[in-house]
This record gives sequence, structure tokens and C-alpha cells, in this order.
Amino acid sequence: MTLTTILAQQLVNGLVLGSFYALVALGYTMVFGVVKLLNFAHGDLYMTGAFVGFLAFSLVAGTLGASWLGVALSILLSMIAVGFLGVIIERIAYAPMLKAPRLSILITALAVSLVLQNGILTLSNGQVLPFSPKLGFAGINLGDIFINYKQIALAGTAAVLMLGLELFVSRTQYGRAMRAVSVDKDMSELMGIDVNRVIAVTFFLGSALAAAAGTMAGAYYGSIWYFMGFLIGLKAFTAAVIGGIGSIPGAMLGGLVLGLLESFGTQIPGIGSEWKDVFSFSVLILVLVFKPTGLLGKSEQERM
Amino acid sequence: MALLDLKGVSLGFAGNRVLQDVNFAVERGAIVSLIGPNGAGKTSLFNCITGFYKPQRGSIVFDGAETLRMKPYQVTRSGIARTFQNVRLFRQMSVLENVMSGQHCRSSAGAVGAVLRLPSQRREEGRIAAIAGECLRFVGVDPDEWDRDATTLAYGHQRRVEIARALATQPKLLLLDEPAAGLTKGEKAELVTLIIRIRDERNVAVLLIEHDTGLVMTISERVSVLDHGVMIAEGTPKEIQANPRVIEAYLGSEDAEAALAL
Amino acid sequence: MASPGPQSVEARPSAWGGLSYLLDTPAKRGTAIALILAVMVAAPLSGPYATVILTNALLYTILALGLNIVVGYAGLLDLGYAAFFAVGAYSVGILTTTFGWNFWATIPVAVVAAMIAGIVIGGPTLRLRSDYLAIVTLGFGEIVRIAARNLKITGSASGISGIEQPWLFGWHIKSSTDFYYVFLVLAVIGILVSVRLAGSRLGRAWLYVRHDEDAAEAMGINRVRVKLAAYVIGAIYGSIGGAFFAANLGAISPDSFSFKQSTLFLMAVILGGMGKIPGVILGAFVVVLAPEILRDFGSWRYLIFAVGLLLIMLYRPSGIWPAGSKR
Repeated sequence: MTLTTILAQQLVNGLVLGSFYALVALGYTMVFGVVKLLNFAHGDLYMTGAFVGFLAFSLVAGTLGASWLGVALSILLSMIAVGFLGVIIERIAYAPMLKAPRLSILITALAVSLVLQNGILTLSNGQVLPFSPKLGFAGINLGDIFINYKQIALAGTAAVLMLGLELFVSRTQYGRAMRAVSVDKDMSELMGIDVNRVIAVTFFLGSALAAAAGTMAGAYYGSIWYFMGFLIGLKAFTAAVIGGIGSIPGAMLGGLVLGLLESFGTQIPGIGSEWKDVFSFSVLILVLVFKPTGLLGKSEQERM
Repeated sequence: MALLDLKGVSLGFAGNRVLQDVNFAVERGAIVSLIGPNGAGKTSLFNCITGFYKPQRGSIVFDGAETLRMKPYQVTRSGIARTFQNVRLFRQMSVLENVMSGQHCRSSAGAVGAVLRLPSQRREEGRIAAIAGECLRFVGVDPDEWDRDATTLAYGHQRRVEIARALATQPKLLLLDEPAAGLTKGEKAELVTLIIRIRDERNVAVLLIEHDTGLVMTISERVSVLDHGVMIAEGTPKEIQANPRVIEAYLGSEDAEAALAL
Repeated sequence: MASPGPQSVEARPSAWGGLSYLLDTPAKRGTAIALILAVMVAAPLSGPYATVILTNALLYTILALGLNIVVGYAGLLDLGYAAFFAVGAYSVGILTTTFGWNFWATIPVAVVAAMIAGIVIGGPTLRLRSDYLAIVTLGFGEIVRIAARNLKITGSASGISGIEQPWLFGWHIKSSTDFYYVFLVLAVIGILVSVRLAGSRLGRAWLYVRHDEDAAEAMGINRVRVKLAAYVIGAIYGSIGGAFFAANLGAISPDSFSFKQSTLFLMAVILGGMGKIPGVILGAFVVVLAPEILRDFGSWRYLIFAVGLLLIMLYRPSGIWPAGSKR
């Protein structure tokens, strides 16, 4: 395989991976925008989404067949269910803590994350569950590189969802309200915007996107595990920061950038797959230290 | 040479010009007031002086040293202390501990000294508490309040504790941000006495931001007027009261009451 | 000490919290401490199982005290504390097995390594806002764990084994009872150090910075330096705990230094009552003893824990330990 082939293949891999990261990063960034909180439990919503999707799939596969349609429906069901879960979590755990010191709400988010993780751990007995829809291994060939249909479907679905979100944010009333709240919550309230409702919608959307990513990941990689949200959560956070936390286009960009960085990064001699994560974390740390506003974010003057 | 000398200070945020080419000085041992309509940029000027905001242009010289590049804690160490518009005492800590924070920068015991309870550390702790106590007495807060959670005190007393805390840093210049806000008439009179005593007995220059024009005119030797980020007048209280530009600035803003007081 | 009673509002309630109503004289407090010490000294009499569990509880006490300085005093949410634990353990592991050092000689190295780690991790990250700090410390924790799992010198995934049990002036510390007493002494030292720090200039500075960073800075406090000090001191606690942990177990593997471990330490600090030393000790004991008591619940134990943590944050954020005054 020539160098160009390898790089091209990694480009494809990177874009597919990047779409995952982007979907999850969007949830992080949207929630951060409206409540100024890094929802630590977000990665676990991704994981819960995978499990709910898996459950949905087992129910649906009998009637609709264990193929594309079944998967699509599972994704949809998972998005709805986990979307509501996100709203419930926000109402129960975060809403009461918004006036509390920063540390308290961070720890609460950690607690929610642990509850989700351990809940699923208990239900699944800590086992890795196989999630294998019959999607086949067919694909298309572009020159020397092979792109299978699963990858296309994944990237395509992610793109559709992101486009949908972008339209929602820019064209609908709720979307405008979301942007208003993320710029100035108190002012938005004074202007008559039902801030609580907007926050709920934001959590719903963010969680739904994470659930979609989770279900797709489960179907794509073929297995789900209670701890799968941990790493993804960190990576998604990295992506959101790279793009500029609070910025929706930033999250999409950041996700793609991170996906590409990781894919190309594994080709650097010395960084095998074991060190891939260290590579990503190092990127995170470097970005936060040297350019915390990311690529598209606005600088924040946290002053008196 | 002036104690504090600002030259050509300009500050902007995200396209807004907050301060424009401000020249401003405070002499040693003076009591100076900074007034102006709401939003004129007075607190921003304070923040520039204390190092929290970095002006894009200009110079700030305090006691002979350029402080523009200094971090806020370094500015305090060089001798400028401040109080805040909204009282910012440390929650869940006693009055005495709050004031002791001022002495942090004038002491040096570290972890090793604390753990080993070295004699030098114990002496220093005693000294810190003594100086804090002295500052509290100076502002008129009695010892029986010293152990209480600072945020449970009456508002007027909280303001005094904040002043004591600033004095504990042993400053040469004290910045008071609207020290009379929310005080009763009697408390304001006491504040006037206190400020004069701070200058006379402790040799500290005082710079105030204040909206109560009566108080300003009573106590200040010099008054500077800021409007929309521009220094529009500077002089003795009488000169300022007669200055037509100043009256116009106040009338043009919502501070009609202040204009009338002038 | 301010007098207890419903009408007085204590500023900083004494470390004993709500119990200060009962233990209001130095004599009573002294007796309480003496009783506790007596019980702790006699504990190994209840058999090897109890001894091992209690040793673990003491280890967690030491680590929780260290993390308490970082989280409870300085207010920095460190989600990767296990990294310092690992630094201490691996320093001992590598130096004793690969280089044949005497255990006691490795301790100063473990401490210095911890300080360096604290500065390396803390330096760039302390300026970040708290959410970012939490995630970055988590990232560092993972980096340390992955490095430990992949480097040859740390034994890769199988870790290091055959760590010799130390000798101290002719006393071979090898039985579980021996180690129990070693950890008991360490825990007592750890408590004393924490108490002294809390009441000192540095301890106050941590609280000033934690309660209002900008006001603290305005009072002349270098907040970065103060936070870094908390980080480094916390790292030293972690490292010493790790060092003796390695000697106790005789073998270490990367699994002991995971994010799960970091969260357990954090839970110990929070459950008992963040920032209050008796609370932190209680939290450490709860975190270690509860899984034993809940053994019958099998895999439900961690879920119960997690739910407990959530409930505490929502309804009693000051922790299990009875609170002193009403706020």
C-alpha cells in the first residue's frame, strides 16, 4: 500500500470517527451554552443510548428484520428515550444545583455519571454484550481504498442529524431562544423566554444526539459495555474544546478535527493504538493551556 | 511626584471603548474622589489600577514603579488595596479571618513552618492576628463580633470589615468603591470621619468612587469626573460644582438627582 | 473555640462539627481521641480479616486526607488523584525490584516524584476554570495509567511483583498486623499534618481562594501559587500512601490506579464531609467498609454508593458528619 493510500484510508477513518465525536460533542457544547455546565454524565448518556438501542433492536429485530431498517428504528427509539432521560436528569439533579457553588454541581454531575454507569453495570452484570445487526460487509471501492456501507451510513446519519440540528437552531423559535439563553440567561428571562423550557429542549436534543451516536457505535463496533461512555465522553469534550466550547459549528469542526488527528496520529511511528488515547489527551491539555477558546469560540472575560 | 499616576490609559472590550486616553493622578496623603454618571467607567478604572483589567494603551505608575504589567496580587503587594462595590467578604469565615487575609502578603510562613510549628511561624501567626485586630478596632468593629461568620454581620459593619481587611494589607493607597452605598445618614457621617482618620492617622491616600455627591464634596480635596470613559473635568469640589460640562454630563444621564445635588 | 448553642453563629465550626455540643471541653475531646486510639490499637485482636479491612480503611484515610486538601480546602476538583498514588507505588516498585534499593531510601524519591508530578500536572492546569480542571486532571490520571500499562519499566499490564517487605531496625514488617500498625502511625501523622495546615496561613489562604478567587487575589494572595501548594501537598500524601501500599501488597498492577480508584477517593472525601477532617476519616471508613457490609448485594453495591453520593449532593452536600451550625 502506498503512502497516499494509507493516508486516504485514514482520512476516511478519521471522518467517520470524527462524526461520532461531533455528535457527542454537540450535546456537550449545547448544554454548556445554556447552563454553563460541563455535563460530566454526557458520555454515559451515549452509553445508555447504546444499551437502549440494543434493547430496542432486540425487540424490533423479530418483526422488522435484523438489518438497516431495524437499526434505524432502534436509533430513533433510543434517541427519544434517552432524550427524555436527559431532561429528567436535568430536572432532578442539575436544576436544583444551579445556584450552588461550582464544585457542588460538578460533583453532582459526576454522581449522575456514576449512577448511570453502575446502573447499567448492575443490569448487564458488567459483561460486554454483543450487538450484531446483519449489515454485511459490503461497500464501495474508491481507487485503492475501501469504504464499507456501514461507514457511509454512519457518517451520513451523523451529517443528517447535524444538519437537522443546525436548521433547528437557526430557523426555529426554540433555536433562537437557545442562542439567546446561551448569550445571556437573565436577559432572556426578562425578555419573556421560558428559560426552563429552553434548557429542557437543549438537554433533550443533546442527549438524543449522544444516544444516536451510542446506538450507531454499538451497531458499528458490534458490542456494548457499561464503561464505553467514559472514553468517548473525554474525547467528545476534547472535540468540543478544540472547536470552541459553546459553539455548535465548533463542536462539529472539533469532532472532525479530533477524528482526523487520531486517525493520522496512529500512523506516526511510536504511537500505536495503545498510545492513541494518550495522544488525544495530550491534545486536550495543550489546547486548554494554549488556546482555551478553541478554533471558533469567543474569549470569555471572567472579571469583576 | 504623584503617588499614583495614570497617563493615556485606554481600555476596550469587544469593540466597546470603556476608557479613552485617561490621565489621572493621586498625590500622597490626598483624598480624591472619582465621580461620573452610571456606566462612565469608574469601576473599570479601578480595575485597571488594581491590575484586573489590562489597558491596551497608556501607563500606570504607582510609587515610582510601572504597574501595568503586574498581576493583581503584585499590585496589592506594592501598596494598593481596595474594597468592592458589592461587599465581598469571604463566606463561612470569621470576621477576624477575613481581615487576616490582608496580612497574607505581608507574611511568609509556608507549609513546612506550619506543620512543624516553628517558633518563627507561631510568632508570625500572633503578629497577623494582632494586626488584624488592630485594624478592626480602628474601623470600630468590637472584639465580640470577631469570631462571627463575617457575612452574618449587619450591612454597615460588613462594609467596615471590608475596609479593615484592605487596611490590613498595609497599603499606601486605598481604593474605596462606593463605600457609602446602602448606608444610613448616621453611618455615612461615621464613614467620613473614618476616611479622614485613615488619611491622617495611617498616612494612607484614599481614592473613592462615590455617587453620594454630598459626601464627595465634603470629604474630597480633589474630584475627577469621568463620563463615557473620558475624563471631562478635574479640580477642587467647588470648581467641579461650577463646571458646566459636569452638570451637563449628569443632566444628560439618569443621574438627575446627582446633578441637582451639584 | 466559640461556644456552642443555637443562638451563636460560629464562623468556622470546630472540626468536630455537630459533636462539639457533646465534646465541648478539651478534657472531653481528649478522652474521645484516647478512646478511639485505644480501639484502633486493639483492633488486630479481632482477627486477620478485620485487620486487613481496617488497614485498607487507614490507607484510604491517608489518601482522602490528601485529596481533601486539594478538593476540600483549595476547592480543586481533581478527578485523577490516583495518578499520585501510582507515582508513589511505582517509585517503590521500580527502585526496589529493578535497582535493588532499600525501601526506606525510596520514600524520599517517591515524595520528590510526587512533587514533580504535582507541579507538572498543576502548573498549566490551575489557571483553568473548575470544569476544565476536573476533566484535565482526569485526562492526566488516564495518561499515567496508560503509561504504566504500556511501559516496560513499569512492568506493562502485569505490573511489578516481588516487592520486598521492608525492615525497620530489626523489625521485619511482613504480617498484616505489622502493616496495620504502620498504616495507623501514618494515618495519625497525616491527620496531625492536616490539622496544622488547616489552622495555618496557608490553610486560610486555601479557603480565601476557594471562596472568592478574585477577592483573594485583590488581597495580595498569589492564587496560582496557593493552589499549586495544595496540589503538591496532596500529591505527597497520595505518593506516600502508594509507596506503603506497594510494600504491603508486594505487587502492583495498573488496575489499581484507574479512574474508578480516583472516584473512590473522591467519594471518601465528599461522603463524610468535604473539608472537615473527622468527616473525611469517616468517609474513608465508609467507602472501605460499606462494600464489605454490602457484600451480599453483589454488583448492586457500587450502584448503591453512586445513588448515595447523588442523594448527598442534592440533600446534604455538607456530608454525613453532623453539621455544626445552621447556615
